[in-house]
Amino acid sequence: MNENISFTLNDKAVSVNTDGERPLLWVLRTDLGLTGTKYGCGKALCGACTVIMDGMAVRSCVIPVSNVEGRKILTIEGLAKNGKLHPIQEAFAKHDALQCGFCTPGMILNAYSLLSSNPEPSRQEIIDGMEYNLCRCGAHTRIIRAIEEAAQEMKGAR
Amino acid sequence: MNEDKLQVAERGRDESQYPVSRREFLQGLGGGVVILFAVGDPPATGQGRGGQRPDFNAYLHIGEDGRVTCFTGKVELGQGPMTSLAQTLADELDVSLDSVDMVMADTARCPFDAGTWGSTTTPQFGPILRAAGAEARAVLIGLAAVRLKVPKDRLAVKDGVVFDKTQESRKVTYAQLTKGKKIERHLESAPKIKTVGQYNLIGKPINRLDAVQKVTGRAKYAGDIRLDGMVYAKVLRPPSHGAKLKSLDASAVDGQEGFQVVRDGDLVAVLHKYPDLAEQALSKLKVDYDIPEPRFDDKTVFDYFIKNAGNGRVNGKPAGNLDTGARLAKEVVEQTYLNGYVAHAPMEPHTAVAHFEGNKLTVWASTQTPFGCQRQLTSDLGMPSENVRVIAPFVGGGFGGKINYDQAIQVVKIAKIAKKPVQLAWSRADEFFYDTHRPAAAVKIKSGVDASGKIVLWDYSIYGMGGRGASLFYDVPHNRVTIYQRHHLLKTGAWRAPDNNTNSFARESHIDLMAARAGIDPLDFRLRNIKDEKFQRVLKAGADKFGWTPAKKSPSGRGYGMACGFDVGVPVVLFAEVKVNERSGAIQVKRVVCAQDLGLVINPEGVTLQVEGCITMGLGYALTEEVNFAGGVVRDENFDTYELPGFSWVPEIESVLIDADDEPSKGAGEPAIICMGGVLVNAVYDATGARLRQIPMTPERVKQALAKRA
Ligand code: FES
Ligand code: FES
Repeated sequence: MNENISFTLNDKAVSVNTDGERPLLWVLRTDLGLTGTKYGCGKALCGACTVIMDGMAVRSCVIPVSNVEGRKILTIEGLAKNGKLHPIQEAFAKHDALQCGFCTPGMILNAYSLLSSNPEPSRQEIIDGMEYNLCRCGAHTRIIRAIEEAAQEMKGAR
Repeated sequence: MNEDKLQVAERGRDESQYPVSRREFLQGLGGGVVILFAVGDPPATGQGRGGQRPDFNAYLHIGEDGRVTCFTGKVELGQGPMTSLAQTLADELDVSLDSVDMVMADTARCPFDAGTWGSTTTPQFGPILRAAGAEARAVLIGLAAVRLKVPKDRLAVKDGVVFDKTQESRKVTYAQLTKGKKIERHLESAPKIKTVGQYNLIGKPINRLDAVQKVTGRAKYAGDIRLDGMVYAKVLRPPSHGAKLKSLDASAVDGQEGFQVVRDGDLVAVLHKYPDLAEQALSKLKVDYDIPEPRFDDKTVFDYFIKNAGNGRVNGKPAGNLDTGARLAKEVVEQTYLNGYVAHAPMEPHTAVAHFEGNKLTVWASTQTPFGCQRQLTSDLGMPSENVRVIAPFVGGGFGGKINYDQAIQVVKIAKIAKKPVQLAWSRADEFFYDTHRPAAAVKIKSGVDASGKIVLWDYSIYGMGGRGASLFYDVPHNRVTIYQRHHLLKTGAWRAPDNNTNSFARESHIDLMAARAGIDPLDFRLRNIKDEKFQRVLKAGADKFGWTPAKKSPSGRGYGMACGFDVGVPVVLFAEVKVNERSGAIQVKRVVCAQDLGLVINPEGVTLQVEGCITMGLGYALTEEVNFAGGVVRDENFDTYELPGFSWVPEIESVLIDADDEPSKGAGEPAIICMGGVLVNAVYDATGARLRQIPMTPERVKQALAKRA
């Protein structure tokens, strides 16, 4: 059943007319043309499709698009502001916290959510918070380091 | 090179003497300096664009704006060749890194390349690229000498500016020198390249050139290609390998608004403008298959292999006489080691887009072998090769699995019937099914040690895979490696350092077993039995870093293990510390030290990254990863049953590189992974006294081994 669904996407109002059961992931990637959000498993098992919904990380492959009506969605494309990378993006680039880069958008947004609920996480809290985001290239150590540094950086900016 | 010769090169070029492809490659480059070069054996004959391979397989161009572009068929899969090649080139040319552009993996713009795999990019490509850079620099210096009226030996270059060393204001930029020129050179003899002390960039850690694109989501992978009128295809995955499609009733889907069903033989696909809807519709197809009887499954596979081994063939050069070896041995130890199938499981499943326009076809594919793919399509379709273009954009991990490009073959068949651009991305379940798995294998070893702790007998039999990593680097006078027939029901293929993971696991488990029986410390035992000096250095450096000390008893309870390996010319040694939870059977790896000799290291940061990648990926095959199957049916469909290493698994990782700047560079993408099975098995033994003969060491298997412990 097609319906009109309106929400805020990367600070802009958008609306789509589509079957509300469809996963947010595919509406973002196809209808809305934002391809930074990736498919890795389709079953909430890998985190490649992570986006931020009202400030919290969610797995867009299992979120029916009708659920985002009236909500705020942030995707990787919306993280850098005015051409300036977000501190988490900076830190990922600086620490080589990526290889193939396919898990990277999901990693960054999951870290974003982690740091907004816990701005000064311990190393163990970072590990626990990131555990279910998969990276096949083995960038884990770098990712942890990048998140640690981003946390520092963001603390300084507050 | 004197100015006269340059002038000849400029004027005397006769386009018609070149093969079609060379002319094509050079068209549209505009002015500037072009250096053509071949890597490895020059690809002078055989198939390629226009039925002819060019006599070079990479080139670099310095444009009239001074920008340097390197055209290569290599693919950026995550291991960073885009960065390391640019770094190499910038250094040799004395230009800044950001003035180098890399054009990669596009069959229409880059000359032939066999594929990106097996740690070959840095060792084979690096030196030639450096030579090409040096040649280009020499040409430019030659031009500058004429322009500035200064002898060449008084000139130096920095950041693309040539200047007189005695009067720095006398200078000219590369851009000014190339302006209005068209110079083409073929790299024949290697010019002088920089030596260790002269590098500016080589050997320095630098950040990846693709980092910003990747952290902003702008990096384009095959699945991110959007074309007008493009639809998404989802393929109907057969229930089993070897299954034959008996009947198909697509009426519930085909012709429904927005849907189309396409069939080409056993290949069936649903098309829709949204991939999720295409996928959903697959379940509405009514299909019937003939499925072959399963001959074995993940439990019985090893028995099957050994019972149906046929006559083996001896691998490599056997030495001495096994009977003599057995007579010299104080004790003969025999053991069989088992290792299952594993999946490549890159985070990006195989994806491709096919676009026919008139008589031309363009394919974007996540593949490690764009040229192989192009050749295959050319012959399948009977199209002239210049009309088939394959591009591998950023690829989301390959590990050997994307040497295979079945998804591209499928999408082209589908697009041809559908008559519109089509994108096909395999689902995760498709990926587990169609992937070429690392073969399961059994290794039987019969060995003996004499009274002095010297290995005197080594009789090594392989069932299910090949012999990479099986030739012995231990010094054993009587030794033989035999490879037996393979029987696989799943597709198998190269997986990061093919065969070597299983061979190293078996060998190093067995070496440890012998050391324990002989009552000799595992490090000491290895040092006594490996003569090679390089290897000895690596062993000692690693042991030093790890802080290895001989234990009073074996097992020591400390949970220390070590393992050696040899891959793509690189001696590698791993040391590890583990903790085993005897109640749950869970293994936590605390620390891993990796020592290796990689020759000259171009980008140490890149190497460390690769080592971390190898060790993390290695945790998977050592601890959990194993494909569940019965006959041709693959039971794993996603990451719930097929478990990849997560953040909490990752140990402290330290990498030691032996200083060898005067030796050629070797690839770092594989060696570090090969010892992970062996080192962890040995560490678990040291922690608990239980020696596992089969990996992955799942909690079940650990508990069984603990229960069997004497
Ligand atoms: S694609 Fe959504 S969690 Fe894997
Ligand atoms: S960087 Fe390749 S999957 Fe994480």
